[in-house]
Amino acid sequence: MTPLARKRFTRIALNSAGVLVFLFAIFPVYWMVSTSFKANDQIFTTDFIPFPTHFTFEHVSQVLTEGVAGNSIWVYMRNSAVVALGTVLVGSLFALLAATAVARFRFKGRTSFLITLLVVQMIPCEALLIPLFLNVRRLGLYDQLLGLIVIQVGLTLPFGIWMLRTFVAAVPKSLEEAAWIDGASRFTTFWKVLFPLVAPGLVATSIFSFITAWNDLIFALVLMKDTAGYTMPVALQFFFGQRGTDWGAIMATSTLMTLPVIAFFLVVQRRMVSGLVAGAVKG
Amino acid sequence: MTNTPTLARGGGDTSAPRRRRGSRRPGRGSGLPPWALPYLLLVPGIVVIAGLLLYPMIQMFVMSFQKINLRVIRGVAEPEWVGLDNYTQLFGNDIFWSSLRNTLVFAAVTVSLTLALGTAVGVLLHRLGRGMSTFVIVGIMCAWAVPPVAQGTIWRWLFDAEAGIINWALNLLPDGLSTLLFGRADWTGEPWLNDAWSVYLVLVLTVVWASFPFVAVSVLAGLKGIPAELYEAARVDGSTAWRTFRKITFPLLKPVFAVLTILSIIWDFKVFSQLYVLLNGPTNRDAFNLSLFSFAEAFKAPPKMGTGAAIAVVLTVILLLVTAVYTRQMVKQEDLT
Repeated sequence: MTPLARKRFTRIALNSAGVLVFLFAIFPVYWMVSTSFKANDQIFTTDFIPFPTHFTFEHVSQVLTEGVAGNSIWVYMRNSAVVALGTVLVGSLFALLAATAVARFRFKGRTSFLITLLVVQMIPCEALLIPLFLNVRRLGLYDQLLGLIVIQVGLTLPFGIWMLRTFVAAVPKSLEEAAWIDGASRFTTFWKVLFPLVAPGLVATSIFSFITAWNDLIFALVLMKDTAGYTMPVALQFFFGQRGTDWGAIMATSTLMTLPVIAFFLVVQRRMVSGLVAGAVKG
Repeated sequence: MTNTPTLARGGGDTSAPRRRRGSRRPGRGSGLPPWALPYLLLVPGIVVIAGLLLYPMIQMFVMSFQKINLRVIRGVAEPEWVGLDNYTQLFGNDIFWSSLRNTLVFAAVTVSLTLALGTAVGVLLHRLGRGMSTFVIVGIMCAWAVPPVAQGTIWRWLFDAEAGIINWALNLLPDGLSTLLFGRADWTGEPWLNDAWSVYLVLVLTVVWASFPFVAVSVLAGLKGIPAELYEAARVDGSTAWRTFRKITFPLLKPVFAVLTILSIIWDFKVFSQLYVLLNGPTNRDAFNLSLFSFAEAFKAPPKMGTGAAIAVVLTVILLLVTAVYTRQMVKQEDLT
């Protein structure tokens, strides 16, 4: 092969590999979405029907009105949103305070705090399920969304601080010192100088916490008793085994649950990655 | 997306910072000495971490030596101290050993596959043109974003015995080839989610599918930081692609791989949601892993929370041992002081 032909061949091979990866990644997602818009006779078939030819909102409207376990999907969506937003509000405030402390100050115990942060991330949260369940019962937070929020704040905070501290550290200290010299108080410096510059990092951290709380199955499963308090992941379990498995409804619900997360991901994709591997690739 | 930053900003506004302005202006002559400020900022974080992570961990350890039944949960009886009973019972239980084996084998296979596929895709993304690379990234982002529970439902549907697309695709294979490879030609009605081994086959696929994008994008981010001259020099010297990867890419990206490995290990050791969905709850005991086993012992009637805690302790100890080496490395790399 001539060098030119060889180059072209490499290009084609690389692009085909790219397309294959794309298809492998996207097909299951596509299949979920397309199943939720197919009529039942196109779902329960041994044939391959690549896209819904009789496009129907039957399943979507069914889960939105009838729902499952006696409630509309809206109820579960709302519960999930309450837990996730509550976690973000409380968690990002706490994370910002702590991240500012470790990134801006040198104090006794700082290293031990950072090491603790690292180590607690190694604890499998599933392992804390039993003691947390008993504590929540004792505190009277059982079967309340507030209990879930408290737990999710705890589970997401170490990582939130870890991620946010690199964003705080990336803001040049001289900016704050300039404001300081101009006579701004510590609070004004924080609020007017540091906060706007850290805001993108805060968004990334918030979205991470939001997704963690939104996705959680295990804690919602054991801490919520009344069906009206279920979150989406728990509600989804109730579709299985109700007079056969209604795949149209399950896929419609899965789609409703997945779309907000995909939207978030596409928006903050780059920042997420830089935050997650921060420290390792800093240079 | 639109409301999160606003809300987060609102959250930042409401309580602590404003209070700080009102009551004490640190360093400005008010009562608070400057050295106290960082500690003050850390108070909520420390309270949360100590109360919700460290204290429960101690409780979990203590509970693994206790018998905690329904009466204790209801608060009408005190937990009974049983010493090592929970552990001896556990080690005599076949389900424990099969769960342990499932956990370890699954983690080993999934972590290696995820890292291998993710790295390959990361290198590929680096070599693709700009447009193509964005296209592939958007695709893999979608897979990465799917919530674990939905991952479970999707792959359960793909592998459905009656109308699943996988069985349809396997039936497409020429009968001769299919028989040669798998010893059978007809896949209609194949119940993938009945046996433990095939459940884990589906689970490995599910988890690798959902986690390789993160590895790929992180490797890509790392690759972008490597100076192009290095590759230039390698090309001039006539280095093969594999040799370039081994001698340049891998050593330079070692810190990235360390983080990715440790994160993958943590995530894959305790996979719960996907397995829960694929098994339709804690039903098939042969297919339990340690997380699901602990959950089932503690929350299925009759609740045996002491045993559940003992399983959780085993899981935590294994995880801490496996990650200890990496954690030490990370602590060394980060300039924490």
